[in-house]
Amino acid sequence: MKILVITEQRDGKWNNASFETLAAAQQIAAASSTSVCALVVGKGVAALAGELTAKYVAEVLLVEHDLLEAYTPDGYCMALKQVIESAKPDLVLFPHTYQVRDFAPKLAAMLGKGMVGDCVGFRSEGGKLVFVRQMFQGKTAADVTFTGAAPWFVSFQSGAFRADQLAAHASGKAPVTSVTVTVNSTDIRTKPLELFKEAKSAVDLTQAPLIVAIGRGIKAPENIAQAEAVAKAMGAELAASRPICDEGWLPMERQIGSSGQTVAPKLYLALGISGAIQHVVGMKGARTIVAVNKDANAPIFEIADYGIVADIFEIMPALTEELQKAK
Amino acid sequence: MNILVCIKQVPAKDAPLAITGNWIKESDIGFEMNEPDSYALEEALRLKEKHGGEVIALSLGPERVKQTIKEALAKGADRGIHIADDNFAQLDPLGTAKVIAAAIAKEKVDLVLTGLQSDDHGFGQTGVLLAALLNLPHATLIMQIDVQDAKMKLKRELEAGWFQHIECPLPAVLTIQSGINKVRYATLKGIMAAKKKEIASLTRETLGVTFEPTQKIEKIYVPTKTKKTEFLTGTPKEAAAKLVEKLKFEARVI
Repeated sequence: MKILVITEQRDGKWNNASFETLAAAQQIAAASSTSVCALVVGKGVAALAGELTAKYVAEVLLVEHDLLEAYTPDGYCMALKQVIESAKPDLVLFPHTYQVRDFAPKLAAMLGKGMVGDCVGFRSEGGKLVFVRQMFQGKTAADVTFTGAAPWFVSFQSGAFRADQLAAHASGKAPVTSVTVTVNSTDIRTKPLELFKEAKSAVDLTQAPLIVAIGRGIKAPENIAQAEAVAKAMGAELAASRPICDEGWLPMERQIGSSGQTVAPKLYLALGISGAIQHVVGMKGARTIVAVNKDANAPIFEIADYGIVADIFEIMPALTEELQKAK
Repeated sequence: MNILVCIKQVPAKDAPLAITGNWIKESDIGFEMNEPDSYALEEALRLKEKHGGEVIALSLGPERVKQTIKEALAKGADRGIHIADDNFAQLDPLGTAKVIAAAIAKEKVDLVLTGLQSDDHGFGQTGVLLAALLNLPHATLIMQIDVQDAKMKLKRELEAGWFQHIECPLPAVLTIQSGINKVRYATLKGIMAAKKKEIASLTRETLGVTFEPTQKIEKIYVPTKTKKTEFLTGTPKEAAAKLVEKLKFEARVI
């Protein structure tokens, strides 16, 4: 068996989720006595391939082309299909980034294969690989296996594996092999234009030591004042899960999660937040997590240090009062 | 501009989930329109209001999903397509997309929209796979669509607050990011009008689609906890007091 990891870079800068996926690949390789190849794709990215040679991989594949400088799903699929057909890996791994979500299912389909996306772990059972992913917004986990012939395509959720567990090469370096691909400009139907950020946010939640965050459980915009009172009594910043910002109840700059900010405060108090994966990836690095939710089965409790199973509308005023008393 | 929107029906957000093997017990719970798909439907309706044409709402699943198609019709979709499949929960992403693509291939549409993912399986692959199977260009996580002649200027969401503009020709497939618009409610007039709208019935068999699944969900289960949670109990006042005590003297974070 052979594992190929498709790393991700933009403008010559790594997406660090690439290293988490490389670490996952090393662990799968160890469990199934096989080796890992890493692939770097883009233009003028030989230096990044060079960096990977110091990692514990058998080979680094370098795919460069003028039409791969800016990412397009058509260009990437066209190029990577050729690499997979020639390198013949059994398992193709990706970090589950927004870019990967944009092209990897299509790449697999072009080869007549399926992809198991957004995995959080794996097991090797009697030589068969079982991939674990979340369903029902994180309320359940699912064991998934591939039924057809290789290659199999898998992406791993950000934070599922640790980049600092990525092993270095024991002695020397892995070789870099350049792979030539044919991509024509007529293959690429979409035209990528400029990258941009919206108006600079006034609040930097990544620097806040204490965060009080609200979710759907807050029910209506007029109830937010109660959460604000808790935050004020604690000296914390107010944040929210995506649905609250989608509704326009709080500005987008206060959104925590995969599409918002990633934070690691000393304290994260989640009020009426169920703990869907997209939110949890943005806050699970908090040192202490407190969850208040009336649903005892809410996934947020899986990562909480302290939990209160109750109606947030009963807890918020009581907590504000206790916090003021404790000052 | 003819737009087809793929809509999934999923368990209601607060539905208690009872696991049976690799799916859930459906008999005692309510279902609703997958929230990300409701944003895709809204976007389709807005594009139709601006550029004319029709909106077709398509859903794959058992008889119950017709209710969600009716909801889409009540909000303003012109007609519905129901691909009846009692075994839909066992379909893999590629199989699901093959069935839907076969139904879309029978229509003449300029744009196919889906939500970014479903709240049940959460595969997040259907839109991209439809583009691959129908040989159409695509873009995902779209936050804005401007149609100019035979092409679109799109705003695509990237990670960590970044966006990108993309030009994409028509016809195409787009997956819509939640929050792109404010979703409308069905009006009474809309609900009445929906009763006269057509819902075509198809099946995998009538579409002539056969395939071998590429993957299998062996089982689903409540995930094992990674942290030991200390639950604080009592009246709200007692629980709040205990929490402040813990945060102050045990976790030492306030």
